[in-house]
Amino acid sequence: MAINFVNAFGNHALALRAREQRTDLIAANLANADTPNYKARDLDFQSVLKGLQSPTLKIAVTRSQHFSSAHEPLGTETKFRIPSQPSLDGNTVDSEQEQVRFAENALQYQVSLRFLDGKIAGLKSAIRGE
Amino acid sequence: MSSFKIFEIAGSAMSAQNLRLNLVASNLSNAESVSSSVNQTYRSRQPVFAAQLQEAMNQHSASTGVNVLGVVESQAPPRMEYAPEHPLANADGYIFKPNVNTIEEMTNMLSASRSYQDSVEVVNTAKQLLQQTLRLGQS
Repeated sequence: MAINFVNAFGNHALALRAREQRTDLIAANLANADTPNYKARDLDFQSVLKGLQSPTLKIAVTRSQHFSSAHEPLGTETKFRIPSQPSLDGNTVDSEQEQVRFAENALQYQVSLRFLDGKIAGLKSAIRGE
Repeated sequence: MSSFKIFEIAGSAMSAQNLRLNLVASNLSNAESVSSSVNQTYRSRQPVFAAQLQEAMNQHSASTGVNVLGVVESQAPPRMEYAPEHPLANADGYIFKPNVNTIEEMTNMLSASRSYQDSVEVVNTAKQLLQQTLRLGQS
């Protein structure tokens, strides 16, 4: 019986990628907390995972000028946040909210890491057969 | 690897806020610098922030850092004071003081230091997450 790493790790590797991108996005929101006209963005995690689980048909690239759709699944699901207290300079970042979301996202990243760690430990003991 | 981009983003924010703090310090320290004509008077300086959109468009990514487009001088008129006995008074007996609003500058300083702290926290958390990722499967 061959060990299939994709099956063994399940969704957690994908979740890790999505969480990582969300960390980037929220960091960008926090970085631009004082930039006029900056609009806060976030990932719709559900739709990202759904898109990763069931990859849609991709457009074939037949010429070098064509855009490839290889990098599409992540990044297209970013949505603008609806501001609770929009400021006069057009900025929609609420830094307290972003801090909380950043902490939440970091924790969820660690959860995914923990799951992966468990899976790897299981695979290791299966390989050693002790 | 894209995880290192978070350090670029937070780093750009930190340098932008640092510049803002520098300008606040410059404005506050020159708040009482007197001169004898309108043109020689120190003017309050403010940074102009903008998101780094150009790079974001190139890399097909939504997360962007902060650019400092430049520093602008406030165009508000300087404060004119009648002080004929002042050594720098002009022919009519007036001296000119900068258009620095110290209360505005103090709030500016608080806001800048809070944003700087945010960025430092982001860097710390990202570093921890990366270190944990590096240790993956070693336990």
